[in-house]
Amino acid sequence: MTWKHFFTSSIGKKLIMGLTGLFLIVFLIVHVGVNSCIFVNDGGETFNAAAHFMSHNWILRIMEIGLFAGLLLHIIQGLLLWKKNNAARPVKYSVNAANANSKWYSRSMGLLGTLLLFFLVIHVSKFFVDTKIALYADGGANDASHNLYNAMKEEFQTWWVVVIYVLGVISLFWHLLHGFQSAFQTLGINHKRYTPIIKAIGVGYTIIVCILFALMPISFYLGWID
Amino acid sequence: MEHYNMNLTLKVWKQKNTKAGGSFETYQVKDISSEMSFLEMFDVLNEQLITEGKDPIAFDHDCREGICGMCSMYIDGRAHGPWTKNTVCQLHMRAFKDGDTIVVEPWRSAAFPVIKDLIVDRGAFDRIMQAGGFISVNTGNAVDANALPIDKKDADTAFNAASCIGCGACVAACKNSSAMLFVSAKVSQLALLPQGQPERESRVLNMVAQMDKEGFGNCTNTYACEAECPKGISVSNIARMNREYLKAGLSTEE
Repeated sequence: MTWKHFFTSSIGKKLIMGLTGLFLIVFLIVHVGVNSCIFVNDGGETFNAAAHFMSHNWILRIMEIGLFAGLLLHIIQGLLLWKKNNAARPVKYSVNAANANSKWYSRSMGLLGTLLLFFLVIHVSKFFVDTKIALYADGGANDASHNLYNAMKEEFQTWWVVVIYVLGVISLFWHLLHGFQSAFQTLGINHKRYTPIIKAIGVGYTIIVCILFALMPISFYLGWID
Repeated sequence: MEHYNMNLTLKVWKQKNTKAGGSFETYQVKDISSEMSFLEMFDVLNEQLITEGKDPIAFDHDCREGICGMCSMYIDGRAHGPWTKNTVCQLHMRAFKDGDTIVVEPWRSAAFPVIKDLIVDRGAFDRIMQAGGFISVNTGNAVDANALPIDKKDADTAFNAASCIGCGACVAACKNSSAMLFVSAKVSQLALLPQGQPERESRVLNMVAQMDKEGFGNCTNTYACEAECPKGISVSNIARMNREYLKAGLSTEE
C-alpha cells in the first residue's frame, strides 16, 4: 500500500477531511479568542495589541502558512468528495423522505461549506489583505498606523456587511454542529461512554464560538462597543 | 388489530433493462387486505397484470421472512418502506390507508445497476466479500464450542454485526450511495473473533479497495444507513472499520 493509495482511498479521504476539520476547529478557538478582545471596550487597545502580536510573531506567521494549507486541503478535498458522491447516484429518487433518517445539516455539508467559502473570500479580502498590505507594502511604512480595530468598526457600520457576516456565522454553526462530532467518528472514535461527551462538547463549542463571532459585527453596528 | 380492505394507487418504476431509461407507471389495486404483506400486494397486482396480458412488475424476493436480504424497494422515499428495522417482505399493508398513493422505486446507485424494474444487481457486494470477507480455516468437524474462549461482549458485538443480511438498504438510503455500513459490518464481524485474525489486516485493506472500485460514494456520517437498516446495524461498526483501516494502512509494509 503506497501513501498515495492510502490517502486516496475513501477512508483516507475522510481522514483528510476529519483531520483538517479538527485543525480548523482549533484555529477558530484562537481566532474567536483574539477577536473577543474587542469586548474589553477600551477603544480597541487590547484588540490591536493582540492583532499586532498575531501578525508579527514569526512562529505564528509560519503557522499561518500551515493554516492556509489546511484550509485549502479541506476545501479542495471537500469539493472533490461532493462531486464524487453526487456521481455515485446518477439517477435520483423521485420521492425521498431523507428527513426521516438523517438531519438536513448532516446532508448539506457541501452546500454549507460552499457558502462558507464565499463568505471567506469576502472576509479575507476585507480584513486579512489590508493587514498584509500594511505589513509588507512600501517596506511596512503603514504598519504602525494600521488600526485593525478601526477598520472593523468602520466596516460594521454598513447594514449589509453585518447581514453577510451573520449569515456566514449561521452557515458556520450548522457546518460545525455536524463536523465536530463527525470528525471523531472518522478517526474511529465511537464509544458508549466517550461519544456522548464528545457530542456535548461539540454542541457547546459550536454555540459559544458562533455566538461570539456573531456578536462582533452586531455589537459594532448597534454601538454596544466603541 | 382490526382488519380492513383498501384500494390503492401505485406508482411503480418500470425499466426494461440496464441500458434503457425507465419511467413511472401508475396502477390501481382493489380490495387489498390489511393483513397482506407488501410483496403479497405486488403478487395480486402481477396476477392482475398477467390476466390483462400486460408485463408484470419484476421485483426481488426469496425467503419473505426478513432474513435473506433479497427484497429491495424504495417505498415513499424510504428504503424498505415506512417501518423501521423492517424488510419489505415484513412490511404489512396495515401501514397504509384506503386511497393512498404509494411510490415504489428501485435502489438507486451507480454501483447497483437496475436489471429490470425494481430488481438491481447487487453483485458489487459479492465482489467485496470475495475480496476479503472470509476466513482461511480448513473444513472438517465442528470444533467444541468452548475450545476457543471468546469474551461475551465480543461475541455479542460480532453477532450483531453478522446479522447484516446484505440487502443494500444502507447504500440506497445514503445520500452518497456509500457502502460503508455493509462493509464495516463484515469487517467487524471477523475482526472481533479469533478465527478472523490471520487476515485481519489484508481483509480491511482489500475490502475497502474493492468497495472504492465498485463506485460507491464516500461516507459523510449522516447515519441514514443505521436509521434505515432492517437489522439495526450500528454505525459504531464504521468507526471500527476506520480504526482497522488506519491501523492496517499505516503499519503494513506491502
